[in-house]
Amino acid sequence: MITAPELEIAVLVLGMVILLVEAFATKIDRRSLAFVAIAGLALIFVASFFVPPSASTSQATGLWSFYTADRLSIFFKQFSLLTTIVVLIMMTDYAPVLCSFFPGATPQAGLGEFFALPIFTCAGLMYLVSAIDFIFIFVSLELVTISFYVLVSFARRNPIALEAGTKYFVLSALSTAFLVYGIAWIFGVTGQTNLQRITEVMANPATDRNAALLGMVLVLVALGFKIAAVPFQIWVPDVYQGAPTPVTAYLSVGSKAAGFVVLLRVLQPFLALPQTQRLIVLIALLTLIYGNLAALPQTNLKRLLAYSSIAHAGYLLIGVACFDALAISFYLAAYLLMTLLSFAVLIIVAQQTGEQIADFDGLAKRSPFLAFAMLIGMVSLAGVPFTAGFLGKFFIFYAAIAQHQTALVVVGVITVGCGFYYYLKVIRAMYWQSANKTDKIPVNGLSRLAISALILATIWLGVYPQPILDALKR
Amino acid sequence: MVLFVIFCPIVAAILIMVGAPARKTALGSSVLAFAAALFLLVSFDRGQHDFQHVTSFTISPEWHLSFTTGIDGLSLVMILLATIVTLAAVWFTGTIEKYENGFYACLLFISGGAIGAFASIDLFFFYAFHELALIPTFLLIGIWGSGNRFAAAWKITIYLAIGSFILLLGLILLYQSFPASARSFDIRALNAAAGLGQITPDAQRHVYLLLLIGFGILVSLFPFHTWAPEAYASAPAPAAMLHAGVLKKFGLYGLLRLAIPLLPEGARQWTYLLVVLLLGNIIYVGLVTIAQKRLDWMLGYSSVMHMGYIFLGIASATILSTTGAVVLMFAHGLSIALLFALAGELRKRTGTLVFDELGGLGKVMPFASLAFGFGVFAAIGLPGLANFAGEIMIFFGAFKNGWEMDRFHIFQIATVLALWGVVISTVYMLRAYRKTFMGTMNERWKEIVDLRPALRVPVALVVGGLLCYGFFPQSLVRIVTPVLHTYLASDRHLTEMECCSHGALSPCFSEQHCPSASTQRGGDNIWQIVRR
Repeated sequence: MITAPELEIAVLVLGMVILLVEAFATKIDRRSLAFVAIAGLALIFVASFFVPPSASTSQATGLWSFYTADRLSIFFKQFSLLTTIVVLIMMTDYAPVLCSFFPGATPQAGLGEFFALPIFTCAGLMYLVSAIDFIFIFVSLELVTISFYVLVSFARRNPIALEAGTKYFVLSALSTAFLVYGIAWIFGVTGQTNLQRITEVMANPATDRNAALLGMVLVLVALGFKIAAVPFQIWVPDVYQGAPTPVTAYLSVGSKAAGFVVLLRVLQPFLALPQTQRLIVLIALLTLIYGNLAALPQTNLKRLLAYSSIAHAGYLLIGVACFDALAISFYLAAYLLMTLLSFAVLIIVAQQTGEQIADFDGLAKRSPFLAFAMLIGMVSLAGVPFTAGFLGKFFIFYAAIAQHQTALVVVGVITVGCGFYYYLKVIRAMYWQSANKTDKIPVNGLSRLAISALILATIWLGVYPQPILDALKR
Repeated sequence: MVLFVIFCPIVAAILIMVGAPARKTALGSSVLAFAAALFLLVSFDRGQHDFQHVTSFTISPEWHLSFTTGIDGLSLVMILLATIVTLAAVWFTGTIEKYENGFYACLLFISGGAIGAFASIDLFFFYAFHELALIPTFLLIGIWGSGNRFAAAWKITIYLAIGSFILLLGLILLYQSFPASARSFDIRALNAAAGLGQITPDAQRHVYLLLLIGFGILVSLFPFHTWAPEAYASAPAPAAMLHAGVLKKFGLYGLLRLAIPLLPEGARQWTYLLVVLLLGNIIYVGLVTIAQKRLDWMLGYSSVMHMGYIFLGIASATILSTTGAVVLMFAHGLSIALLFALAGELRKRTGTLVFDELGGLGKVMPFASLAFGFGVFAAIGLPGLANFAGEIMIFFGAFKNGWEMDRFHIFQIATVLALWGVVISTVYMLRAYRKTFMGTMNERWKEIVDLRPALRVPVALVVGGLLCYGFFPQSLVRIVTPVLHTYLASDRHLTEMECCSHGALSPCFSEQHCPSASTQRGGDNIWQIVRR
């Protein structure tokens, strides 16, 4: 029988092996490392379905006082693995672009680390979704963040990437400081770092609630940075635009998903405080309005997707305000599929033309397959039925209506309308406009397979959501 | 068989996208779907009041969500309309220069979405199928439209997207307003639960308002109508035919299907609001229609205006008026499709639809002129064409309803004003006909040729439908009335007096109080009531 911690160990070992091979075997094609990593992660992904879920209790000791393997965490471990696999596939497509940033160096210089780092990030994400202790949350968050520092500024000769890396580094470090400060306050009040024990202490009326609230707000600031919630979203557009595109995709899916799982776990002890929900509702409203309005005038697709990721954080925060783990998890699963689909197409098209929306003009003529894939991605992000994105919004709005969150629902519907405008702008470019170039865009076999799988999964989940609902059933 | 009608266009659309020959596949599939709809019509069991040909696939047991399809009288009529208009629209599609496959695929997606919405018994798929048409409409207008197509495409898409999300909120609220044990997406289960009085009047009011706004946006109810004329004027003719003829009826169908049986209390609460808005459709939009200087804009506005009559039928909620609403939905779908098709042919030949430049075309296009005449007379509501049957049932039902409630009631005022709407529509329709086909002909149009014989087939089909149900509205009425009767009778919270005064019929009391209740014995009696 496989237990949950063995999955992370396997991922870490895989990462080490890739790094070692990269260091000593200088002659091999670096891309074969990526294929080995993909195969290895796929194997672990399959193995994860055989892990029995076992939630840990507040009396647990040793590893199990830090680490839980409940259904939610196993679902998100699979989520992280899948994201990393798709991101690695994108990275193999992106490799030629990356190499062009290292003029003069040996061919394929740096590619080995580029393929190895996501594996460590993946291990960090997997730990993070299992973490039920503030110390463990902090450590695994650092594992994720530090590997992202490197990945974001990987094309370091490019000034835009360097700017993105610096911004990400400085603001991320600042948010970590907030996290630690918040943890210190909460520890000071409750004397515990384990979330379940903190819940028990918080239930005691003798606890100083105001001090605990201060700690919670500080932690919320740090997590708000990870999930790109307003007003902690300033870094998002520049970093998303400057980072290598696969890393952007990874940031917007993996980092955000883990942030939401941690947010759900961290908020659990503070639900009794009436201020918590009000605060989350306020953040959700701001995030929805800012993300959607700021996305309207964008002309760069990567930047558009950055704002769209803020907007989707807004919808997810509606779920957090209603504290509906099922709605959030389903939304994140849908978000994974449609965002990765859009980024996969973007990477392939951007190598031929560029990242502007205008560069997608006439894509339907040049590559009907890629245009259709992008159509499904955009339509799903906008929330049209028979795609996963619609069901995600459906569950979120369902939760909001059940809890009578009128303000969130009203603003949510208006911003959905905005969303239709900016997502359909991409569809307009692909189908209405005529192309400047007419040559075909080649798509390699692996990418074609991955994109087709993502299209099918997006539609499949939009029609038949039961597998995800079953996986999350308690 | 129902599944076949739904998926025939959708599968054909996917095949066309993959690379099947576009026109042949599209035409073949729409002929097949029409044949299947005719088969459903013939094999329809009038004695059975519940859904027939039901097939069901469970999607999510704990949400009581399943893909369930089936037909009753109401959906059968709508499916018949959808298949006829689809066939005509596909047939009318001429040569397409840009992305021919895409054009046919979009048309068939709209058609499949509409048919799927009409045939779904499950609330979720009822909603989802309708949305299937959203993106194809955007593409059809944007790529193949004319005039100010970009603005029109944006407007219709964003308008309808927001409208359908408001509708979605209404549907979710409807689902949640049932007690947890009775929650289901199955419309039959909801009807049964509502019959037991499980939705509180307060919840009904909220849900009805949301549904009214949501559906209202989709049907171009008065303050939310501005997307329609612009979109229909810019859309290629087949897209306008399908959208104005079939897809727009989804909102009305939804009100009949959900609001009347499930939310009688909500309907009562908002009657005045609805009546005022629908008078906006009939009078205000009617006058705006008169002012139009282009044929396509005029047709777009006229289709908005005619929605007012159907809303009047739904608002007054009697057997007679709701039956009339369904008949008018069917008839209006056919007549507006015919008019848009012919306007499209005119545009192809002349390149303009401005009234001042047209004129005298009857000399060079006698057949088109005749067919357009049929469309115009149907739209005005001349006896012998199906629209007349629908309109007169609506007017009689609404007026009688008001009379019985109170000697001076808003329904009477509304009916009188709506009758003036007929005058308004006569003015603009006849004027359009005169300016287009009569009068002196511009020398430029001398070389114009009439419709090809092949194009006369769909025209004959649509005109045949209008005439057939114009002379024998019975055959539609008989299919529709039993459904509406159960829906109106399910309004069991009504007291004895209210039952009659609101015109909602309860089987036990209706015989003595409301003469129109005798319709439950069969459609024949409707005409007796009309004669009284």
